Amino acid sequence: MKEKTYVSDVDRSVYDIKDEESDAYRIQTGLDASIVEQISKEKNDPVWMQQFRLEALKIYNEMDIPNWGPDISELNMDDIATYVRPNTKMSAKWLDVPKDIKDTFERLGIPQAERESLAGVGAQYDSELVYHNVREEVTAQGVVYTDFESALKGKYADMVKSHFMKLVKPTDHKFAALHGAVWSGGSFVYVPPGIRVEIPLQSYFRLNAPGAGQFEHTLIIVDEGADLHFIEGCSAPKYNVANLHAGCVELFVGKNARLRYSTIENWSKNMYNLNTKRAIVEEGGIMEWISGSFGSHVSYLYPMTILKGNKSQMEFTGITFAGKGQNLDTGAKVVHGGKRTSSYINTKSISKDGGIGTFRSSVVVGPNAKNTKSSVSCESLMLDEKSRSDTIPAMDIRTCYADVGHEAKIGRISDDAVFYLMSRGISEEDARAMIVSGFADNVSKELPLEYAVEMNNLIQLEMKGSIG
Amino acid sequence: MSDQLLKINELSVSVKDKSILHSVNLSIGVGETHVLMGPNGAGKSTLGYALMGNLSYHVDDGEILFENKPIQNETPDKRAKEGIFLSFQNPLEVPGITLSSFLRTSIQQRRGERIRVFAFKKEMEQAMELLSMDKFYADRDLNVGFSGGEKKKAEILQMLMLKPKLAILDETDSGLDVDAVRTVSKGIEEYQKNQQGSLLIITHSTRILESLRVDYTHVMVDGKIVCTGSAALIDEINQNGFESFLDQMQQK
Repeated sequence: MKEKTYVSDVDRSVYDIKDEESDAYRIQTGLDASIVEQISKEKNDPVWMQQFRLEALKIYNEMDIPNWGPDISELNMDDIATYVRPNTKMSAKWLDVPKDIKDTFERLGIPQAERESLAGVGAQYDSELVYHNVREEVTAQGVVYTDFESALKGKYADMVKSHFMKLVKPTDHKFAALHGAVWSGGSFVYVPPGIRVEIPLQSYFRLNAPGAGQFEHTLIIVDEGADLHFIEGCSAPKYNVANLHAGCVELFVGKNARLRYSTIENWSKNMYNLNTKRAIVEEGGIMEWISGSFGSHVSYLYPMTILKGNKSQMEFTGITFAGKGQNLDTGAKVVHGGKRTSSYINTKSISKDGGIGTFRSSVVVGPNAKNTKSSVSCESLMLDEKSRSDTIPAMDIRTCYADVGHEAKIGRISDDAVFYLMSRGISEEDARAMIVSGFADNVSKELPLEYAVEMNNLIQLEMKGSIG
Repeated sequence: MSDQLLKINELSVSVKDKSILHSVNLSIGVGETHVLMGPNGAGKSTLGYALMGNLSYHVDDGEILFENKPIQNETPDKRAKEGIFLSFQNPLEVPGITLSSFLRTSIQQRRGERIRVFAFKKEMEQAMELLSMDKFYADRDLNVGFSGGEKKKAEILQMLMLKPKLAILDETDSGLDVDAVRTVSKGIEEYQKNQQGSLLIITHSTRILESLRVDYTHVMVDGKIVCTGSAALIDEINQNGFESFLDQMQQK
């Protein structure tokens, strides 16, 4: 078992800042060249970025909405504000958050400080302050960890320019193009050769503004022989209008380097989460994904790993919990390019109360990827008759020298197991929650402690009232 | 006669509309050990499930009094808290929960108070030693990958730790080798002697009873208790089997 980590306390003063209303800036809804230019101007982009955005917009306009996954026809870009600059008006808005969300946080048992941090953290924009105490330690090692805007203009501007949307190109799909046009915020991390970052880096994304989009860009470069664990958490309060998250994560894992990337997504259930994540791994490098998807109305999320170098490896551990009104289409992709590469994908999916969980996996083994190993395992648990769970595996193997396996299991909570636990004094609700938590256990074990706790709380919460 | 703990009056039980138990009467006093025997399919396990409150087992008629209180409408977790325990014939595997954390949760439910980790661990290790269970089972997922024998030992471990007033042991000896039967039997003896617990031992073999004190023996055939006697009845069954009881039934 990996070592658990703790989030250091968040500086309260961040939330006590009283901002003038004039600091708020919200671009008008919709999407056209003038809006993109305006974002560029507001953000003071370098010239190349301005052009990049406009190019991406062109691509966006030319591409079709994907027609193979969950329905996203209710997502109307004309209603989405693609750029909102935070101020305390927004954190003040937390007070206006519907009661059920506040109750949710009460029941989540998130400590006072943390709960207020969720309200007060201007999502990604105020990230520096949140990470401050971590940053001092990592900068001493020569590690760079900044918000994306600073990275674009600072010492590493060239490195950013040569990597930005090179792994996920705007031409990949419509929402990658959208991201290229309106991206804002996010993180840039560079770990120099041979440096092991002992403490994980963390970021928490929160989308507070109603009817807005969040398009943060995360670029992480782990140089030769270096080692990093990066954790991101996402959540949002619920509003009556649709919100959109189309972030982009690009991860470069150098020769013999290791990157562990953990995510817990707990977006509100009005969120369209159309996120793109991709990693490329050089010789002997290791990429580890830990992914928990709980929130959002609709998700399309398939982190992809390109095992470019010989003997590179990837491991993906994921869990998806689809409740009422949720259609979560998740999975993982891997491309084996180098020889003796290996991939291990292990996912769990829980669906309940009419929720739909779909797991897609794609394993591609190229003609040169000899002596490759790949194993995909997917287990689903449906908690009632109304819910749905699908597994859609795809494999494209172009060499005879590959060992590829796929295993899928779909099941329900056994009444006998519930009775067994109840016969020991455990209530039916707790017994069911126990079985579901147990089902998710091998994933929560991999999560940093506070997220494991959050995940278990979420399961308890989702299970509340499930006995009728 | 000791104080009455359990009283079953004219109990009829069905499963999926199939009637299994017919007007069963049974009384168990505090500290008494009762043995319920009978051929396969007689309804012995059904009685165990019905007493524990399995929702698939429907009480059509009659009542179950536990400490003079009707409990037939109570859920299994309530009955457990009141002091009824069922050792399962086929204990369920529950991944992701270790035996020790499950036990601790159960004990806290049963006793209605928090239990200190240290005190709990000590108690558990003692009980495990008595049952010749390797300590590492405590940190393994509940029954997952346990052998048949270890599963049954884990059931007896739970009984010893939960200290119920009435323990129903459903075929605890089935599928066990001689040594395991002896070990399990030692655990039951401990419960009998030192915890003064009442027992309803469901079995169709008698190996497990060899070292135990038995107060009453009942024979169930076709969902009815057809004969009640002392421990001597066990020897009779050992010699003659259930045939004479079956014949009796047919004559009726």
